[in-house]
Amino acid sequence: MLVLAFDTATPAVTVALHDGRRTLAESTVIDARRHGELLMPGVSAVLGDAGVAREEITHIAVGTGPGPYTGLRVGLMTAQALATALGVSSYGVCTLDVLAYESGLTGPFLVATDARRKEVFWAEYAGQRTRVRGPAVDRPGDVPGDLPILGYGAKLYPEAVGAARIVAGAPEHPSAAALAALAAEEIAAGRTAGAVLTDPRPIYLRRPDAKIPGPPKKVTVL
Amino acid sequence: MGTPVKTEPLVLGIETSCDETGIGIVRGHTLLVDAVASSVEEHARYGGVVPEVASRAHLEAMMPTVDRALREAGVKLADLDAIAVTAGPGLAGALLVGVAAAKAFAYGLGKPLYGVNHLAAHVAVDQLQHGPLPKPCIAMLVSGGHSSLLLVPDVAHGVTSLGSTVDDAAGEAFDKVARVLGLPFPGGPHIDRVAREGSGSAIPFPRGKADDGTLDFSFSGLKTAVARYVEKNGGSMNIADVAASFQEAVVDVLTRKALAACRLHGVDHLLIGGGVAANSRLRALAQERCEQVGVRLRVPRPGLCTDNGAMVAALGSELVSSGVSPSELTIPADSSMPITMVTA
Ligand SMILES: [Zn+2]
Repeated sequence: MLVLAFDTATPAVTVALHDGRRTLAESTVIDARRHGELLMPGVSAVLGDAGVAREEITHIAVGTGPGPYTGLRVGLMTAQALATALGVSSYGVCTLDVLAYESGLTGPFLVATDARRKEVFWAEYAGQRTRVRGPAVDRPGDVPGDLPILGYGAKLYPEAVGAARIVAGAPEHPSAAALAALAAEEIAAGRTAGAVLTDPRPIYLRRPDAKIPGPPKKVTVL
Repeated sequence: MGTPVKTEPLVLGIETSCDETGIGIVRGHTLLVDAVASSVEEHARYGGVVPEVASRAHLEAMMPTVDRALREAGVKLADLDAIAVTAGPGLAGALLVGVAAAKAFAYGLGKPLYGVNHLAAHVAVDQLQHGPLPKPCIAMLVSGGHSSLLLVPDVAHGVTSLGSTVDDAAGEAFDKVARVLGLPFPGGPHIDRVAREGSGSAIPFPRGKADDGTLDFSFSGLKTAVARYVEKNGGSMNIADVAASFQEAVVDVLTRKALAACRLHGVDHLLIGGGVAANSRLRALAQERCEQVGVRLRVPRPGLCTDNGAMVAALGSELVSSGVSPSELTIPADSSMPITMVTA
């Protein structure tokens, strides 16, 4: 098995290659504005580092967000088109699930990422791989409960979420290495349409901003 | 230099600069398929294109539209010689979806990527219908997003801007006037239809910048004049006359400036492209005025004038045959890509 994984739902443009046992190579660049420029070169660099030809890839896993839409779509469009070009299957994984898995936490906790506009995307977990609520988008102060919380969304709003709840040393952004490892485990277990692996489609959580216009404005002032 | 150049390359073109997800496949100058998925109906109730709605629709439509295009053309992805994509100008988020898809196809298939200029693609598309472009030619591109006059010595190697709109694009003026007249979005086809029952000389609307000696356009004064007229005459106005007179003012200026460009640069071939080139009055008046001065007019059929994937594939094919170097995987989607850049 050779799983190519990437996530573009946060400021991290992260790519990794996993053989089912370990991460062969990974690349992560934090740049919230250049996902489209960084992703394919990142894929190319990771395959180069691992000494793997693209034809050897067996599966693609991609973060489905939620995350700022422009960057998020780069990852999903890339996963869909690359999977078709290579003739392999592609799977989506909720980006918050990747952070939860990567945290290694066993008890209940929350994950929050930056949703911009002074809001966070968040979900609640009973453990490392069990999401029990969400994903949802809310103002940081409206995220319910008092569980420990991790992710860049928590770090951005320590006062609103309560600084004492923030899990020290936990990852802020998802890493593709964790995404690849989680996807590889699920694929190996045959759970390709379960709670973790989904279709590679975006989780938006908000409707597009658009207003239906009123009647044309007057141009004459009489 | 020295690389063998493929003369009849098989190229897939991806266009997502606005609200149409266009996938075209060409072999040399032969169009094999032009598949379009449009989100225009989702935008109609907003009276204009909503960028986020367009971007979401591109992601949804991309793979099904590529599948359909390949099936209808009877080709496999592996048969392609190159992937071309609109790199700009256009809506940033919308462009980005197409560019991401193109990079993934190119990398996954091990084929060259060409990030191309949308305006140059509007020029190149005519080769699919009328054969090789005369070198040089003057091109006038008029749509909801652009109004430009270009000098095109060779579309694969460089295009010079001679003039452009200083305010609204021509198609934008059609959309705005249509709204004032209570006609649906997009306005172009509706004004064209309603104007057939009216007189283009009924109301003397202003011709912005018509005689200012430049090759630039201005449509915002005209748009305001129409709005004023409608406000003043409201119930008693003849909507067909308003539509026809507005349309006449637009196409009068467009054709005058286009022929002025031909005269100034001593070029006897004029090409008109972009969505507004589908306007029946523009086509008729341009034909009439070109004949008067011995300029040969080329206008692609309406389906090739509006944004589509075939135009991108056509330019891609021209670039491959001309031995132009492919783009890097690092290219950005450039919402304000200058016309002087044919490739990214
Ligand atoms: Zn266009």
